Amino acid sequence: MPEDLNWAIGGEAGDGIDSTGKIFAQALSRAGRHVFTSKDFASRIRGGYTAYKIRTSVDRVESVVDRLDILIALTQRTVDENMDELHEGSVIIYDGERTMMSDFEAPEGMIGLDVPLKGLAEEAGGAIVRNIVALGAACEVGDFPIENLDEALQKRFGDKGSSIVDTNKKAARLGAEYVREEYDLDTDYNMETTDEDYVLLNGDEAIGMGALAAGCRFYAGYPITPATDVMQYLVGRIDRYGGKVVQAEDELSAINMALGAARAGARSMTATSGPGIDLMSETFGLIAQTETPLVICDVMRSGPSTGMPTKQEQGDLNMTLYGGHGEIPRFVIAPTTVSECFWKTVEAFNMAEKYQTPVYLVSDLALAVSEQTFSPDTFDMSEVEIDRGNVVDAGGIEDNTNDQGQFTPHAATEDGISPRTFPGVEGGAHMTTGLEHDELGRRTEDTEVRVEQVEKRERKVQTAREREDWSPREFGDPDADTLVVSWGSNEGAIREAMDFLEEDDISIRFLSTPYIFPRADLNEAFEQADDVIVVECNATGQWADVLEHDTLQRVKRINKYTGVRFKADELAQRIKEELGQAAAEEVEAE
Amino acid sequence: MSSNVRFTDFKSDAQPTWCPGCGDFGTMNGMMKALAETGNDPDNTFVVAGIGCSGKIGTYMHSYALHGVHGRALPVGTGVKMANPELEVMVAGGDGDGYSIGAGHFVHAVRRNVDMTYVVMDNRIYGLTKGQFSPTSREDFETSTSPDGTNQQPVNPLALALAAGGTFIAQSFSSDAQRHAEIVQKAIEHDGFGFVNVFSPCVTFNDVDTYDYFRDSLVDLGEEDHDPSDYDAAKDKIMDRDKEYQGVIYQDDSSVGFEQREGIEGPMNDIGDEPPEDMMDLVREFY
Repeated sequence: MPEDLNWAIGGEAGDGIDSTGKIFAQALSRAGRHVFTSKDFASRIRGGYTAYKIRTSVDRVESVVDRLDILIALTQRTVDENMDELHEGSVIIYDGERTMMSDFEAPEGMIGLDVPLKGLAEEAGGAIVRNIVALGAACEVGDFPIENLDEALQKRFGDKGSSIVDTNKKAARLGAEYVREEYDLDTDYNMETTDEDYVLLNGDEAIGMGALAAGCRFYAGYPITPATDVMQYLVGRIDRYGGKVVQAEDELSAINMALGAARAGARSMTATSGPGIDLMSETFGLIAQTETPLVICDVMRSGPSTGMPTKQEQGDLNMTLYGGHGEIPRFVIAPTTVSECFWKTVEAFNMAEKYQTPVYLVSDLALAVSEQTFSPDTFDMSEVEIDRGNVVDAGGIEDNTNDQGQFTPHAATEDGISPRTFPGVEGGAHMTTGLEHDELGRRTEDTEVRVEQVEKRERKVQTAREREDWSPREFGDPDADTLVVSWGSNEGAIREAMDFLEEDDISIRFLSTPYIFPRADLNEAFEQADDVIVVECNATGQWADVLEHDTLQRVKRINKYTGVRFKADELAQRIKEELGQAAAEEVEAE
Repeated sequence: MSSNVRFTDFKSDAQPTWCPGCGDFGTMNGMMKALAETGNDPDNTFVVAGIGCSGKIGTYMHSYALHGVHGRALPVGTGVKMANPELEVMVAGGDGDGYSIGAGHFVHAVRRNVDMTYVVMDNRIYGLTKGQFSPTSREDFETSTSPDGTNQQPVNPLALALAAGGTFIAQSFSSDAQRHAEIVQKAIEHDGFGFVNVFSPCVTFNDVDTYDYFRDSLVDLGEEDHDPSDYDAAKDKIMDRDKEYQGVIYQDDSSVGFEQREGIEGPMNDIGDEPPEDMMDLVREFY
């Protein structure tokens, strides 16, 4: 009997797949079960295959696996698309009356439950609640008490009135009853509940929440998949704290608005995805050159060009690390889980202001669209600190002037960090330019000043390297011969792959690296290991390249660029293959 | 804000590198006069400029200033004003900066109606890149990149502003110092987006749109008894292909700045060193 249960609903976009999935995920979360959700969706509003998948367990779940236990198939294609993940004992709930399903028969070894979804929905009060009938049926199959859906239905439909809520509750019960009465099921599926209270959120929401906790007051953005949820989360909520979201006319405008707000003293952010980063690159250098603190969030999707907008990829590392003309001091921070999306956002704001640099906060589609359960104290706000760096007020101007008594916003200090003042502060009026400038901020082509300013800006990065904690997140056996390194959303899948590998007595040391820049500090870990494997969702191994360059050591690479995230069991298999291949090569060499 | 600010307080000690006789001197002086006249001082003023000859203005003025990238000054100004509505925000640009690369931003800034002043130094030529045609260059204008004359119609920036819902549309001439300063002052005082297209002749590369040309041809609306609140009258002036006008052409007195409509009450810089007290409520929304 599987300890975790994998559930999915699939159909056409516009079929209400998302909301049905979300209701179930919330119900599970409220019932004290851990949840990890993922979505398959196409870049269109209506039509086209779409699915919402939930992996749930009493224990923590970190990723998706290649297995489906209960599938609500609203279309034939849903079954076709997921055939590989179905297994003997999988239960498929479908409506034999729906034309496109008329020829459907459950594949061998799988249990097909023909439930008259439409008929029962009409009995409950309207065909529109068809999905909820199916959800009720699924609860019965998974032995999940139907009452657990009630609160989630209330939350979802409460605004529309109690009769709508009641219709939905009834629909769920009719679905469950139908399965109970018509089928004599004998499955081991059991979704037991616990007393735990979890919150359920996705990476974009966590970034938005992190921004608010960090004191972000201004956000400008342009809608783009899969970053839009960050903006949608902040709209309305940021106003409570005196802040504002502006939907700009394009990404160029968005980043320049954010820059203006940052110069005016607001903690400021923009979020976009790869194509938007391309457009923002022009201003990226300006931000660095003017030493403006700004958080630029890149929720990566599959590229290049418009690529596959609704698919996963980690292909922007090179762009965030090297993008822009000239040499640009910057920090690149990549959260590794949904909760880290919160914490790293807070950190990104502090880093931006402490070092007066642009900070790329790099997330990916897999994080953006996956919801995960957390204990609310994961987001313990007393742990959040806001550090605005070297901000001087009117009283501090005098201590930061040159011989002529002029304020020196770009003073070449020892640590590279200059005094900053917000407009409005008396005596602080100064010029800021993207041209090379002197310590006053005025344009210069003086070779000595140029060198001084370039080195000053670079010194900030050095200062940060000395002052900040850049440790990777470490898992597994510290003495293992195999070292796996990864970044971004792969962390969960690798952690779960480690459990699969344990079953074959393979232990690994796993470093999940949220800070993307030359990591000479990883040398020792690399030297200790016999095999180093770098896992990432791109074709060329962008992080692997950087690490090889730094550590002067060749690494093995596991890459995936299908547009689909890594799955835990798949990853375990590929790690085994890498190691097996290595072992075979050694034998050959002997 | 001090009450005895003089316009020279807005002057920096940097030596302008504009060509002798450049219209931009007069444009800038008028801006400084208008700022002083409206009771602003350098510490509460934020000047944003883009690239080109016009972009240098922030260097020659003394205030909080940002010299950004080509064509993007208006979004920067929008961000500044939203983050601190107490600042007096002035955005300066050229015809290339504002109507070519920044044309999209121009239309949207007008549409948003943020309470700031946008001064465009329109010399109908690209100066700093040494004499190519600009979006306001006349048709058939011969330049280094249009040796046989341009085959492109000039853009009518006033019409663009009107079409985008502009609430303050004016035109001035940098050489007519008193009138120009007066018009910019009205733009500053306007509650909303104050747009002033300033004819600011390029003495080096444009021998058509010269001081003499504007002096002879420009019609001052002040003398014509024009009512700027009359939309149709404004439209007629703006769409007039035979004459060019100086003055406030259109002003909507009921205008309210975007930041005010959005309910921004004060500067966004005061955030304390801890998250907002009710942050756990935001976490609980995810139950």
